Amino acid sequence: MEAVPQASAPSTLDRPDVDDVLAADRPWIVVVWNDPINLMSYVTYVFQKLFGYSKDKATALMLDVHHKGRAVVSSGPREKAELDVFRLHEHGLWATMEHSE
Amino acid sequence: MSPFGPTPKIKRTRRGTYQLRLDDDERTLLAALPGQLRALLGEPGDPGLRRLNPPAYIGDPDLEREYRSLMGDDLLKSRLEALEVLEDTAAADEVDEEQLVGWLRAINDLRLVLGTRLDVSEEDDPMLLPPDDPTLPLWALYQYLGLLQEQVIDALSAAL
Repeated sequence: MEAVPQASAPSTLDRPDVDDVLAADRPWIVVVWNDPINLMSYVTYVFQKLFGYSKDKATALMLDVHHKGRAVVSSGPREKAELDVFRLHEHGLWATMEHSE
Repeated sequence: MSPFGPTPKIKRTRRGTYQLRLDDDERTLLAALPGQLRALLGEPGDPGLRRLNPPAYIGDPDLEREYRSLMGDDLLKSRLEALEVLEDTAAADEVDEEQLVGWLRAINDLRLVLGTRLDVSEEDDPMLLPPDDPTLPLWALYQYLGLLQEQVIDALSAAL
């Protein structure tokens, strides 16, 4: 989140807030959530196709989604994460993105 | 063995195309369904569409609004293209890989809307519904599309 410039403290305008810099460096993670409609084989196929994951890795991620309710499927800068979310939405998966802890 | 019996309905050829061995009834159905979903997509408030447009950002309405305004149109366009592919090739004997991926996505969108309408949960079993339940025809369609989708995935996975 962008810091609100404070008129009473102009010096902070020149110097980015340390927290902001750290936040910008933290990658975004893309999360896929469990849903009762998408087929398990379909979710596995989409992970393989969109991210180039092996069948084993895609299956493990799909099972994580299924059993734990969610799984992190990719990460990176905001633009990349947003594009990944878009491609997952295009394929009807329930994907969101958030800052990694 | 596939759910449809020993012969897969969709088969990858050595040339990398896909043979479609579907009945006329199935083809008629698959040609008609895209138009119905397209009409629904024209009514963005319909609750059946909820699963087609999940939020990208949870708990951040500003970023979510930005995502929706940047990507919303592309998402809709991409959906409509997939529906058009299914509609246009439902009668074909053979499709290429890109077209079959269109089938896959269109069938999935149809299932998402049907499943949302039926309020499907992982415990649901339509076999337990009484024989006069009014949702049975929708359940039958939902399950048919699921079986067909499995066949499409099997065929496409051979190329991964």
